Amino acid sequence: MKELGNMLELKNMTKILGDKLILKNVSLVLNKGETLAVIGPNGAGKSTFFKCTVGLLQPTSGDIIIEGQKIQKNSAEIKRKIGFLGHESFLYNTLTPMENLKFYGKLFKVKNIDEKATRLLKEVGLHYFKEIPIRSFSRGMMQRLAIARVLLAEPDILMLDEPHTGLDQEAVALLNRIIKQKQTNGTSILIISHDFDQVHELADRVTILNKGRITETIQLTSDIDLPKMKDWYAEAVAQK
Amino acid sequence: MSILIDAWTIAWKDLSNELKTKQTIGMMVIFSSLVILVFSFAFDPTNNMVKAVIPGLVWLITIFSGILGLNRSFLSEHENDCLTGLRSAPIDPSSIYLGKVLANFIVVTVVQVISIPVLFILFDYRFLGAILWFMLIVIVGTFGFIIVGTFLAALAANAKNSEMLLPVLLLPLLSPLMIAAVQGTRIVLENQDISDAISWLQLMAAYDLLFLAACFFLFEFIMEGS
Repeated sequence: MKELGNMLELKNMTKILGDKLILKNVSLVLNKGETLAVIGPNGAGKSTFFKCTVGLLQPTSGDIIIEGQKIQKNSAEIKRKIGFLGHESFLYNTLTPMENLKFYGKLFKVKNIDEKATRLLKEVGLHYFKEIPIRSFSRGMMQRLAIARVLLAEPDILMLDEPHTGLDQEAVALLNRIIKQKQTNGTSILIISHDFDQVHELADRVTILNKGRITETIQLTSDIDLPKMKDWYAEAVAQK
Repeated sequence: MSILIDAWTIAWKDLSNELKTKQTIGMMVIFSSLVILVFSFAFDPTNNMVKAVIPGLVWLITIFSGILGLNRSFLSEHENDCLTGLRSAPIDPSSIYLGKVLANFIVVTVVQVISIPVLFILFDYRFLGAILWFMLIVIVGTFGFIIVGTFLAALAANAKNSEMLLPVLLLPLLSPLMIAAVQGTRIVLENQDISDAISWLQLMAAYDLLFLAACFFLFEFIMEGS
């Protein structure tokens, strides 16, 4: 059951980097409890769009509103509501999984860090590796730990930038199970992905970001299967 | 208060990391020991000139071994893009700066605690000055060096060849601080009138406060660009 109301709203967000116009008047709404996937070709501005939304980059113009509250530059309160899983893991190679989680837990002012970190490590299947420095971890193990890091602060919005990249089938299944669990708990999720299978499995709505503009949006109702979604994307990208 | 707690969390992460690996501190101690050893052969310990070079050597080993540590300070955050992880956390960007200042200051101080006695021993120097004034001058001077060095290390970390860029940017900015530090150290070590050293100490304290305020407020802009 989807909740009503906007969790995140972008109003005419524009970003210029150097002399390049990366995002052009991007407007978008993410409802409470909704999963929205942003897809688009390489270089469309998806990562910049994410960085602006998370607060890592300041938009040149436009507003970002979270739960009716306009984001001020470096607002700690807003950052606490967002769980950001980026291209990289943001984890320290010399620290153990437990130390990494404790460190981020302290920065995110998480209560009962030890208890939560232990539970999350069990959930992502890294409990037996909790005291080993992560430099020897595989890409899949790093991604699992990165997911645990994001979930530690129990964010209201999950922002996942290509979360399935480099994962084996087992890790993909684990990630999807966690995402679906969060969906049922009412967490709003924004995913950037090139993996259409996963987008079709997880998203309620899909939007195309192409050449810095939101060009098309589709609601993934039961009558839209994967081939149909791919055709829609191919047409939309070819047109613009 | 929260900014100080976050800064300490970041500093403690760096320090516990250093305690485990001892990579940076080991490198700094070896470097400073080698410099002292080379200079101990260059100057005859029985010569009065030794007294004149010791204040300069104290700061030479501090600055050049310190630069080794400063270079690594932000480069380590680029592994797995950890700096973005810090920036996406609900903390003031300046707490990253303060945390790094704190960690670098502690590391450089530890190196000084090891290398300065070694310097005195190898130069057969008998300390007759006021030890507390000497320590105060070393602490204030080192703090100023770390304030500016950490800021410039963050700036240089985004550039290619940051190891080369940092000394080029840092050394000219440190000149006033180093002149004051060497003069203050010389006065204390030669057991001269302490009021002369206080004037140099005041200059160093003013330098520290000015650059701490400037770097603290400007750090956010460096982070925006990284």
